[in-house]
Amino acid sequence: MSTSYNHNKATLALAKASFRSIMRSPSAVVFTLAFPLIFILVFGFLGGSGIKVDVAIAPGSDLRNPVISALEASSVIHLLRDKTSEEINAALQKGNIDAQIDIQKNPSGKPAFLTSVKYTSASVDKGNILKSVLNNLFYTLNAKDVMPTVAQLNESTVQGRIYRRIDFILPGQLGFSLLSTGVFGTAFIFFSLRQNLVIKRFFATPVRRSSIVFGEGIARIGFALLGAVFIIVVGHYFFHFTLIHGIITILNMLILSTIGLIVFMGFGFVVSGIAKSESTIPPISNIITLPQFLLSGTFFSIDAFPAWLQPISRALPLTYLNDAMRKVAFEGAGLWDVKQQIVIMVIWGIGVYAVAVKVFKWE
Amino acid sequence: MDNTNAIISVKNLVKSYDDFTAVQGISFDVYKNEIFGLLGPNGAGKTTTLEIIETLREKTSGEITVDGFDVTREASKIKRIIGVQLQAAGYYPNLNLVELMELFSGLYGVDIKPMEMLAKVNLQDKAKAKYKALSGGQKQRFSIATTLINSPKIIFLDEPTTGLDPQARRNLWDLIIDIRNQGTTVVITTHYMDEAEQLCDRVAFVERGQIIALDTPDNLIDQLVSSGFERKKEVKKANLEDVFINLTGKEWREDN
Repeated sequence: MSTSYNHNKATLALAKASFRSIMRSPSAVVFTLAFPLIFILVFGFLGGSGIKVDVAIAPGSDLRNPVISALEASSVIHLLRDKTSEEINAALQKGNIDAQIDIQKNPSGKPAFLTSVKYTSASVDKGNILKSVLNNLFYTLNAKDVMPTVAQLNESTVQGRIYRRIDFILPGQLGFSLLSTGVFGTAFIFFSLRQNLVIKRFFATPVRRSSIVFGEGIARIGFALLGAVFIIVVGHYFFHFTLIHGIITILNMLILSTIGLIVFMGFGFVVSGIAKSESTIPPISNIITLPQFLLSGTFFSIDAFPAWLQPISRALPLTYLNDAMRKVAFEGAGLWDVKQQIVIMVIWGIGVYAVAVKVFKWE
Repeated sequence: MDNTNAIISVKNLVKSYDDFTAVQGISFDVYKNEIFGLLGPNGAGKTTTLEIIETLREKTSGEITVDGFDVTREASKIKRIIGVQLQAAGYYPNLNLVELMELFSGLYGVDIKPMEMLAKVNLQDKAKAKYKALSGGQKQRFSIATTLINSPKIIFLDEPTTGLDPQARRNLWDLIIDIRNQGTTVVITTHYMDEAEQLCDRVAFVERGQIIALDTPDNLIDQLVSSGFERKKEVKKANLEDVFINLTGKEWREDN
């Protein structure tokens, strides 16, 4: 008993216990890993293909002509063959098919082919795309052997980074994963430790309160960062998630994740303090997480929201975490470049922990 | 026995809550290496008294020293030399017994071999089981094992045998006597008078926050008898519990 008591050892013992417990808790694994991965898989497979215009070839149309072969080569046009007129008309009315094209040899010789296109008011946008594709195509075909008389168009494309859907979705999913594990996980564990007198038993040992909080925090951050690395690696290798500076980018993302998670755990402490029973934890937690899930640019860019909604979005901490994550991952920004986002998260953190200190209960 | 032999000394302990006084000026000493029982009906203030001595609750007034340490000023020193078993305490979720033992050894800052600690309470076969999956008797034995991790001078057991079957209860008595024989002082609360009579060197009766009697079980019984008390029914040489043990066997089962 002469040896002095080591608080770090106690903190680490708690962190280890908590980490083991989290790894065996189905809800933690589902929220942190399974949900984000499912969303990433869904959007990963959806994304990448871009816009497709479905064009049906009318029955009886000529198929061996330069127009059809040019459309076949186009990445935007998807040609549908072997449809009956009835099928095509029905699909046009519903907007399932965006247009019908009918090409006939011209019996009178020149021009060699007559093309008629039927658009639908059910799909105006894609019809316009087809219109512009066809205009371009006909200009090229007709002007093949003619010198331009007014102006010549020279086009070139800057070789840019491809911004895939995953580059938007993954940081959002990562942010949401951190939010839910921070809020739900922390709220549940501290509520149940208190309710089942686990904390009371801890207090009968020389352990400090701070060790209990830090031990739990270390475990949760460790688990969430492992989850983050897993999500990033899966996104990178399977869906070409862009990591501009490779490992440095991942480290920056992990630092952002830690800051975000600490803020979100603050919400968890608040919830565990104000929840009256285990069954009130999910609704209270949802009040915190759902608005951020929907409004913080997890699935859609905030710019797509109506103007009156945007100020609300721009008040939420997850918005800034998502924003910073995307800048770091896709634009290759350093942490200093996203200092504004970090500062706003820190301000949130200070506010949330000020409330947590007031409402948190040990027994 | 004189006062120098006291390891716990409680003087005029008072604990008031907003609307009532749970403990009203209790004084007693617990001697080194004895088994001391706190007896009394529910709500008499036994658990409150215990938890104040264990440094888990603040006292309103009074003086308490545990092995010479003041309960208010030197709480952390006291925590290091006592082992506490709480009524209905839970343990960290999702961990097995060995992992819980490792956690507690970290919390107490001592190096122990989890399996040896479990062997002390005959739970080595349950090393990989979760606390929740244990039977009532096993849970109590595990709780007692966690109180022994820091080789404490005193252990506090709050109703350790409540809800146990006769075999598990007797088994726990053997364990408690064994712990005392290793040199540990034991403070215990119970509702079973046969248990107190068997186990305790001295008992204190607590009623409405006050001690109304404190002596050895033998002396207390003798006093009552000498006051002219007689049982309505002549005591037989055995009771129904003896019949139970005789019929179902003394050795204990896998599940208790």
